[in-house]
Amino acid sequence: MGDVELIGDEEVEVVATLNGKPLKRRAKARQHLADFLRQELELTGTHLGCEHGICGACTVLIDGRTARGCLTLTAQISGKSVETIEGLSDNGRLAELQQEFIARNAAQCGFCSSGMLLTAYELVQGGEKLSRSEIREHISGNMCRCTGYHAIVDAIEAVLAKGSR
Amino acid sequence: MASQAASTGIGARIPRRELKRLLAGHGRYIDDIRLSRMLHAYFVRSPHPHAKLVSIDVQRASRAPGVAGVLTAVEINPRCEPFVGVALHRAGHRSAPQRLFAADSRAEAEDAAELIEIEWQPLPVVADQFQAIAPGAPVIHHGMPDNLAFDFTMEQGEPAKAFAEADVVIEEELRFERQMAMTLEPRGLIADFNPSDGSLTVIHAHQSPFQMQEIFASHLGIPEHKVRVVAPDIGGGFGLKLNVHCDEIATVVASVIFGRPVKFCVDRLESFVSDAQARDHRIKCRIGCKRTGEITAMEIDDIGAVGAYGMPMRFNVAEGMMAVVMTGAPYLFDSYRARTRSVYVNKNLIGMYRGVGMPFACIVGELLTDLAAHELGIDTVEFKRRNYRPKSALPCVTPGGQRLETVSFHECLERLVELMDYDKLRQEQRELRGRGIHRGIGIGTFCEQTAYGPPYYGPSGAAISTQDGCTLRLEPSGSVRCLTSLTDQGQGTLTAVAQIVAETLGTSVDEVSVAGNDSAISTYGGGAWASRGTAIGGEAALRASTVLKENILSLASAITQTPSDELSLANGQVINSKTGLSVISLAEVGRIGYFRQDTLPKDFDVQLSVNASFVANDKPYYMANGVQASYVEVDADTGFIRLLGQWAVDDCGRVVNPLLVDEQVRGGTVQGIGAVLFEECIYSEDANLLNGTMADYLVPMAYEMPDIVVSHVETPETSTRLGAKGIGEAGLIGAMGAVWVAVNDALRPLGARITHQPFTPERVLDALARAKPAEPPVRP
Repeated sequence: MGDVELIGDEEVEVVATLNGKPLKRRAKARQHLADFLRQELELTGTHLGCEHGICGACTVLIDGRTARGCLTLTAQISGKSVETIEGLSDNGRLAELQQEFIARNAAQCGFCSSGMLLTAYELVQGGEKLSRSEIREHISGNMCRCTGYHAIVDAIEAVLAKGSR
Repeated sequence: MASQAASTGIGARIPRRELKRLLAGHGRYIDDIRLSRMLHAYFVRSPHPHAKLVSIDVQRASRAPGVAGVLTAVEINPRCEPFVGVALHRAGHRSAPQRLFAADSRAEAEDAAELIEIEWQPLPVVADQFQAIAPGAPVIHHGMPDNLAFDFTMEQGEPAKAFAEADVVIEEELRFERQMAMTLEPRGLIADFNPSDGSLTVIHAHQSPFQMQEIFASHLGIPEHKVRVVAPDIGGGFGLKLNVHCDEIATVVASVIFGRPVKFCVDRLESFVSDAQARDHRIKCRIGCKRTGEITAMEIDDIGAVGAYGMPMRFNVAEGMMAVVMTGAPYLFDSYRARTRSVYVNKNLIGMYRGVGMPFACIVGELLTDLAAHELGIDTVEFKRRNYRPKSALPCVTPGGQRLETVSFHECLERLVELMDYDKLRQEQRELRGRGIHRGIGIGTFCEQTAYGPPYYGPSGAAISTQDGCTLRLEPSGSVRCLTSLTDQGQGTLTAVAQIVAETLGTSVDEVSVAGNDSAISTYGGGAWASRGTAIGGEAALRASTVLKENILSLASAITQTPSDELSLANGQVINSKTGLSVISLAEVGRIGYFRQDTLPKDFDVQLSVNASFVANDKPYYMANGVQASYVEVDADTGFIRLLGQWAVDDCGRVVNPLLVDEQVRGGTVQGIGAVLFEECIYSEDANLLNGTMADYLVPMAYEMPDIVVSHVETPETSTRLGAKGIGEAGLIGAMGAVWVAVNDALRPLGARITHQPFTPERVLDALARAKPAEPPVRP
């Protein structure tokens, strides 16, 4: 080993709920949540597109609200409930959105989709009737470079319409 | 009998089949993959655009925790000759890699790199194309007389005479700033050299595994059959991931040196300074017209700043060349003069990005004809109706040398005019102008070279294969396995291939699996670039499945003692073509074909795996075309531009999957709108990038973008059985032309013109400040 000391590697204990199950792990103090999920827990469905909070690819839910995985330190989730694309896919809560997204090809490369779906999920949970412009505004923190957004707006609109029936 | 295949074959709207997996978070992108004993690479890069290395001390850094080694140009470059690789004594652009740190984790490699002690001496900088060609400019490459890398001129007809005789001449100077491809997933690869058997496997987020197989083999001196390049799920390509980046080659060299897998995944900040960029052109252009409305001549003089070096494989003259050969292609005129120059500057290399120069051609042609039509008092649609090349004039060769065979300009325009309700929009525009609301309508007509053939690259000597291949195997259960040489970064090409196979074999796509993205498993081919996948790889799939169908029918004929010409395939069954009744299932054919050959005639030759490759030996491209319209509103007080409507009509020949094609068009359109309104790599006067974060480099987000109406005219390519042309770049090209014209149309009553892309609010306000109050401008 080298003789050079680096700071930031001290560990903290994290006690939280992850995808409905208790989580107790030690994490590096400087590690952000997205890296923790991806590197320590192998939950690679949460993607990193910019690591400075702009693109939205790393979006997860913390206590039911969308949050940037890259701007959240792992230590910050203690005492909270975190949900990722894996958890929300496995428990079926994203099924309707996933179905409407897929039917319209509202994803191409799929890299933004985890974040986009979670952002959309937060919106449809609200159950409000929304205009296309309002849907567009809500998802404007999630960059998609492939689709041009039209089909994504269609898909979210379709889920909202079902909810209001 | 209703065919099951009709619901999933050619023409069916099927989503990209990978989406179910990707949208559940089950994708496997490059940074999701780990190999045992894998190291992580990080590069120390030049902090200056042009600098000499004075001193470097890596002693402390190389002792940092987790560091396996530090490599320099001394170790790396001799192993990948003749590649211009890692900077040794001099960096020609900011971010030129100088040292490779390999460590147990990326974080440790970055930490260690912080400890390096390095001193650079900045050198004089060449920052833009006009500075580069000015007398006395610093010369970037020793041994060259100046910074001019490429200079091409062409002339057709009598342009001087034609301009002199024109009643109206319009001249403009256009400027296109640098852009990023900005795939949401940055670049990345894992190189895995096995020192025991000398084999190299590279898992590479790349559009062309075959291209990289050839490059790694030839540059690293590894026998080609021992090199395998596999693409995982890829988070967008758009041409960026077709380029040959020197840090990626260096990563492969590091794996050879360490004898261990080495991963290198670019993070976003690194992507800004190290990715191949695009555009950066200045174009002078003019058009001459007769009072009666015909075009007498066009001229274009382009100069592009291509970065400090040429991009390996395709160099970077393509944007300029494409601009000069494609300008004015939809229009009837005879006299043409064109020049394009590429010059070196101390900036990132320019590489491939969706559209490659074709947006310039579209913008030049559409802006000039729109301005000319207005000057002549002719409505722009009427001007196009008079001046487009009609079907009756085909085939023809344009003044830029483009062969047009199956294009459909008039049909596309008429469809567009109907879709957007052109006359009504014009009326609305007039009424609102009276109330001080400035709306503009723009139409962007384009041709698109798609699906290059061997005449395009072959003569240059580049090892770029324009063929694609398909291997098909009937499985014993009656389902079908397909291996294609194509790659898919989101386009849905592998889905289209499945549809073509399913259609031909009379089965459902659910019975066809498709694997691609791997240089070792399929027939040799190209991959994804230049809007080629379905047109060429789809044709190969059609040909392979036609052969497999014949073989299945011949085997079924032997089993059932029925003449094979009375048999055909539908619903996963061999059927009697006359009665439509099932004769034998594909599963039964498979069972006997693989396990009960003893029941067949002694000499019967069972071939249930077949191969086909396809390339059009004599065709440089399949020319697609289309037209788009934009409806915009410009706020003259703030300079903000709002898109109110966008319509696209494309002719990409036979449409294999209308859903995927529509979405290609929509996605391309939004990238095109982004280019015109937002996207710009802002450089300082001394060539340093000033906006290298996603907070500062603006891309289109959902709120600013309009809904996009898409429609198709289908004029099949006649030289293939499938009849498909490409569609990948069409949306971007047409959108850029349409938005350019629409914004200028909105500014017209204000006497302003904007010709510097992107059209930021600041530039719009500058254009308004420069506006000439009197209209119309002086006639020549």
